[in-house]
Amino acid sequence: MTFWQFITQNRLQILSLTAEHLRIVGISIFLAAVVGIPLGILISRRPFLDKPVLGIANIIQTMPSLALFGFLLPVPWIGARADRLAILALALYALLPLIRNTYTGIKGVDRSIVEAARGMGMTDRQLLWQVELPLSLNVIIAGIRVATVISVGLATIAAAIGAGGLGEFIFRGLAMVNNQEILAGAVPAALLALTADFSLGRLEKWLAPR
Amino acid sequence: MPTDPVIEFKNVSFALNGGALVSGLNLAIHPGETVVFLGRTGSGKTTTLKLINNLHSPTQGDVLVKTRSTRDWDPIALRRMIGYVIQEIGLFPHFTVARNIGLVPTLENWPAERVHQRIQELLRLVGLDPQFAVRYPRELSGGQRQRVGVARALAADPPFLLMDEPFGALDPITRMDLQNQFLSLQQRLAKTVVFVTHDLHEALRLGTRIALMEAGKLVTVLTPQQFMKSDQQLVKAYVEAFTAGQP
Repeated sequence: MTFWQFITQNRLQILSLTAEHLRIVGISIFLAAVVGIPLGILISRRPFLDKPVLGIANIIQTMPSLALFGFLLPVPWIGARADRLAILALALYALLPLIRNTYTGIKGVDRSIVEAARGMGMTDRQLLWQVELPLSLNVIIAGIRVATVISVGLATIAAAIGAGGLGEFIFRGLAMVNNQEILAGAVPAALLALTADFSLGRLEKWLAPR
Repeated sequence: MPTDPVIEFKNVSFALNGGALVSGLNLAIHPGETVVFLGRTGSGKTTTLKLINNLHSPTQGDVLVKTRSTRDWDPIALRRMIGYVIQEIGLFPHFTVARNIGLVPTLENWPAERVHQRIQELLRLVGLDPQFAVRYPRELSGGQRQRVGVARALAADPPFLLMDEPFGALDPITRMDLQNQFLSLQQRLAKTVVFVTHDLHEALRLGTRIALMEAGKLVTVLTPQQFMKSDQQLVKAYVEAFTAGQP
């Protein structure tokens, strides 16, 4: 049986696992953005917080993913279902690029523009919404892009704890020493990552201040 | 013509991280004047300007605007009545010319129709074609951008204008053109202007008085006529450097 035959035979399962994969990644990036972007804004406003917050996000980032899954297992409600666990873990991994890019994006807005805005009598909130966020939006999108690509890859490992997604093919293939199974998970996952990278890259370019 | 000063420095010092940027400054500025702070890079003239709109707060002494200390002003209310022009980079790159100019009126919640009228009026006032309204700052030349900067500062008709080397980055001909425009505007509008430059020629042309600064201290305040005749050493150094370039 060729790889192509394997794909066509299992196309329904591939599609449903891809959808599951996307759901896990989508929800976790959303959660990470909801937490990470405000945190990035906060530490750009309170300089004494930047090192501790970025430090903690960095530590999470360095933890091996399987260890993090195991680590979160005893947490009530979260540990009860594998997909919740996977979503939380992926969201934690996505935090660092989101916090860091929001922070550096805002800090990177030209000081003279910020000073002009203050000199015009903008309040802190007006400065944030009308000047700093629009001018750093492309950098924040770049953070979402990096986080998404990392998550698509990491989500395959979530199958090890039974969370589903394209990793199921990969783990099954590894256990049965079947390359076609492995590729049936790995190729769509790679395509997902490339598509996300490309489309968010376009968005980032489009939003860049000209 | 003895009028009460509208901006007054009372023994003002400002230090940042232990280093004094401005020290012991005393100066009273009267309505309708154009006071030009002249000095070298790092002499404290820009810092002095920022003390007026409370972008810096004095570490000692008081800056009084309309007889009230900048410490007691709500900084937002204070800044909205002070137009602020800085080198061209201060325009918002993601706003059109119209939105840049209409910024303060919009912040002040003027009705949209009135903001629009005001933008048209200001474009004419600074000598720009109304079709520029929809362009972005990057699509303009340096001189056009600077006109937009002036229009933006004048938008809400503030009684005060702070100008921080507004024409510094322009070529000599455009600079001369904008200086002329400034003079004719000032004749009509009679704002109280505080202007910062390191160019004596500009100071002599635009200022009703020239405040010479050196190393964070105010050396002297003279009218342009007095400045050219003064025998103070530092003033002479400026005049000599200036006339040395003349044929």
